[in-house]
Amino acid sequence: MAADVVILGGGVGGTIVANLVAKQSSGRAHVTVVDATGIHVYQPGFLYVAIGQEQPSALQRAEAHLLRRGVSLIVDVATRVDPIGQKVLLESGRTLRYDQLLLATGSRTLMDEVPGANEAHDFYTMDGAVRLFDALEGFQGGTIVIGVAGIPYKCPPAPVEFVFLLDDYLRARGVREKAQIKLLSPLNRAFTIEATSRLVQPILNERGIELTGFFNVESVDPVAKTVSSLEGETVAYDLLVLVPPHRGQKVIEDSGLGDERGWVPVDKNTLKHTKFEHIWAIGDTTNIPISKSGSVAHYEATVAAAEIVAELKGELPPAHVYDGKVMCFLETGRGEATTISFDYDHPPVSPTPARRWHWAKALFNKTYWHTVPQGRLP
Amino acid sequence: MSTLVGKLQIDKTIDARGMACPGPLMNLIGAIRQGQVGQVFEVLSSDEGSKTDIPAWLAKARHDLVEVVQDNGYTHFVVRKAR
Repeated sequence: MAADVVILGGGVGGTIVANLVAKQSSGRAHVTVVDATGIHVYQPGFLYVAIGQEQPSALQRAEAHLLRRGVSLIVDVATRVDPIGQKVLLESGRTLRYDQLLLATGSRTLMDEVPGANEAHDFYTMDGAVRLFDALEGFQGGTIVIGVAGIPYKCPPAPVEFVFLLDDYLRARGVREKAQIKLLSPLNRAFTIEATSRLVQPILNERGIELTGFFNVESVDPVAKTVSSLEGETVAYDLLVLVPPHRGQKVIEDSGLGDERGWVPVDKNTLKHTKFEHIWAIGDTTNIPISKSGSVAHYEATVAAAEIVAELKGELPPAHVYDGKVMCFLETGRGEATTISFDYDHPPVSPTPARRWHWAKALFNKTYWHTVPQGRLP
Repeated sequence: MSTLVGKLQIDKTIDARGMACPGPLMNLIGAIRQGQVGQVFEVLSSDEGSKTDIPAWLAKARHDLVEVVQDNGYTHFVVRKAR
């Protein structure tokens, strides 16, 4: 009898694992993906929607079209996991039994956790990115402030990329000289990774983007139009863009599968839950102190799929484990970009920004739909 | 849960050994964000950058660096949330 492999979340990680397990299990598994919307969203594209370089429709596809034949898709919300009884309860009242469970539910953003920030802009949801672009189109001058309201957050390079693309956008519209761009960084440098920060800092200076270090956003006064930090500083704004606080999904918290912020504790190499058998987690979902990004979910997915297939075939766990590999692009504006690559044993390296990295990122974004979800890229 | 290290009451321990910079500082900032005034946090970090980053952030954020002890392969910081 085929084993039941249940995957919660139809994002990049969940979709790759579903397709790889279905392909590699030689008919030994029945794979079911549970997704709240049934729509696969390419989240790295939000950044481009926010500055008018991408249409929302280009970032969405029906999840059913990305899954191999034989993989079942259930459009429903998982409300509770019973890790002892090996069952998942869905909002509709339906219960799914599992032999192996993959948690690929990702993260959610909660701007409400920042007092006064309800009206602040963000580019971490499609609606937020669309609303931000509308606001930018109406912007005629003043101070645009970009801050970070919680760590960890998805796509660590995104705030830096945003200020560079914003600089390009405002110059193209002829309003750059009437605008001040201020980047508030949680650390005493532009970017979390020091090597990349050294590359980025001179470009910020050259473009006239002001950096304030050690500014962890704590609250906003929407009437006075000021944002204040945990460190005790206050900055005035005309247009405020915040990276909202992130946490794991409610089903993780309600099922007692995660820590106090809903991140799932897993072994950083095997991606297996540290407390419960037959459960893996990948991508933003985990508590591994590594980038929350599609890149990580992608690399982890091949490992989790191999682990699940080995278990359902009754084989020894595969020798290949997740080594902490991350590969991200970072747009530096004016048609150039750099990359950031590292793993658990090798510190990050970034090449000098060049046009070819910008084109590589654009090519990856365009070809994503035909390569990544199917597990065609290693 | 509180433990006692030496004479100090530690409210929370952040074992960030093995985490690359700036993981240990980011975890401390998160703990201070959610903690109460007067609480004492212990951070264990094997990252060299923490030796400058953690004291620099505490000075800027005006929290107390109570103790820094070099242990076998890692640094032990004791921090009090001051405001």
